Amino acid sequence: MTYTFGLDTFGDRISENGEAVSHAQTIRDVVEQGVYAEQVGLDFFGIGEHHTEDFPMPAADLALAAIAARTSRIHVGSAVTVLSSDDPVRVFQRFSTLNAISNGRAEVVLGRGSSIESFPLFGYDLSDYEELSEEKTELFAEIMKGGRVTWSGRMRPALQDQEIVPYLDRPMPVWVGVGGSPHSVIRAARYGFNLMLAIIGGQPARFAPFSELFRQALDKFGQPARPIGVHSPGHVGVTDEQAREEFWPAYREVIAKLGPSRGFPPPTRELFEREVGPRGALYVGSPETVADKIARNLPILGATKFDMKHGMPGMTQQSLLKSIELFGTMVVPRVREQLSTPAAVPTTR
Amino acid sequence: MKTRIAVIGAGHVGPVVARLAARAGYETAIATSANPEEIALIIEVLAPGARPVSVRDAIGSADLVILAIPLHRFGEIDPDQLAGKVVLDMMNYWPDVNGYLAGFDQSPLSSSELVARRLAGSRVVKTLNHLGYHQIDEEARPAGDPGRRALGVAGDDAGAVEMVAKLVDDIGFDPVLVGALSAGRMLEPDGPVFGRPLSRAEFEGSLAAVAA
Repeated sequence: MTYTFGLDTFGDRISENGEAVSHAQTIRDVVEQGVYAEQVGLDFFGIGEHHTEDFPMPAADLALAAIAARTSRIHVGSAVTVLSSDDPVRVFQRFSTLNAISNGRAEVVLGRGSSIESFPLFGYDLSDYEELSEEKTELFAEIMKGGRVTWSGRMRPALQDQEIVPYLDRPMPVWVGVGGSPHSVIRAARYGFNLMLAIIGGQPARFAPFSELFRQALDKFGQPARPIGVHSPGHVGVTDEQAREEFWPAYREVIAKLGPSRGFPPPTRELFEREVGPRGALYVGSPETVADKIARNLPILGATKFDMKHGMPGMTQQSLLKSIELFGTMVVPRVREQLSTPAAVPTTR
Repeated sequence: MKTRIAVIGAGHVGPVVARLAARAGYETAIATSANPEEIALIIEVLAPGARPVSVRDAIGSADLVILAIPLHRFGEIDPDQLAGKVVLDMMNYWPDVNGYLAGFDQSPLSSSELVARRLAGSRVVKTLNHLGYHQIDEEARPAGDPGRRALGVAGDDAGAVEMVAKLVDDIGFDPVLVGALSAGRMLEPDGPVFGRPLSRAEFEGSLAAVAA
């Protein structure tokens, strides 16, 4: 069983001395995070597309290219690419270019994300979300086959025998990010894409039936087995106490800000402690706490990839770099050790 | 005879509610606008015990129809098909997530009152809208459990409210009757109980504090 461990960011705006740094500085800081992630031994660095003041990261693929140019081993990918409000042709072109630049280290995670600001920005109607998602995933899968593409649908102009370059010379994994829609699980299986479970609140174990659904759906569509990954927020400190105190103020602010429009309950310390605890979705704590939680949850979910979404708007670059270091040098080795003991080896079918 | 249930919608929410209803012993059907075969696998894995059928079959044999769809798909529901049924409306108006909806935007009425106006032949009850779908799954507890969460139930028809309150209780929550459908505004996104895990006493306290 090969496990991979990485970090995701949404370009969360960095603060220094209590003041938010510029958007441009945040992007430069994110690139440094990605380069550092390779230095501490991580397998993956992902950047999620966002278009807001607090998450100034609309062109994540450019930042990924910068990281790719300064690294040699780490995989770089989206987390997620909002395909529904993008053009599948351009998404393929940008990521196949990234795959070329990086010598086959690019990965694409398709999804909606929990942010939907790209819809009004690019002139899409949110109520068309399902159809946009269905059609554009279908077209993307068609393009991924390589060769000339003929396609027609309702949400994008038709393609007649078009060449879509650059062709891939190395594999480029495609994942479908799923936050709770069983239809997205089925869609991933139908096209033979990998499954990325985005678990940002509540008990991770409740996603286990989604993994089962994915395996059964792959069978049904005659697709070979595909990896399952987990994306969850977290932050590592030297002690549990330190990690929580660094993360909580920024988390509270983000949840309070987004809550009214997203339906999150008002953030309370009690709810936070529950999420940070053994049955919650947040991986915030000392290296031991975080590692033990990852090692416990991956087998339950049948997953072999864990990407910790690190950072929150308002956190400092210094605390994020320290978290990256602890994640790479202490958390991951401990998780690998626990997962390699026979009792912890996940059962697969 | 136990209430027969039809869940409309098999997205985030539908399979969760269908599983809990089936587990509580209700005869439960689930349907989407798609062919039932397309959701068969989803239901088999996520909501064992519920039957995937067509919308027509699901509603036809049901006493209680649960609308577990996003509000922007509500326009696709045929009010005539729901005539005579008790309808559990667990939808919310979420412009930031699902886009703006004419008629619902800036309305002084609750979204359920607007739903009830369109479903003039049905008895509409509002509940299960003020907690996340994963909380429905995770926080269900047997009656008497000290950690049991309270859910508000609002409706204009006493018999319909009773039927829905019984379901809420049977699937693992403490039903708190908050009054007529218009009082259901208190259960909506800007209200005092939305998203908050409250016991019955805390729930009643929150509502009383607002009324005071």
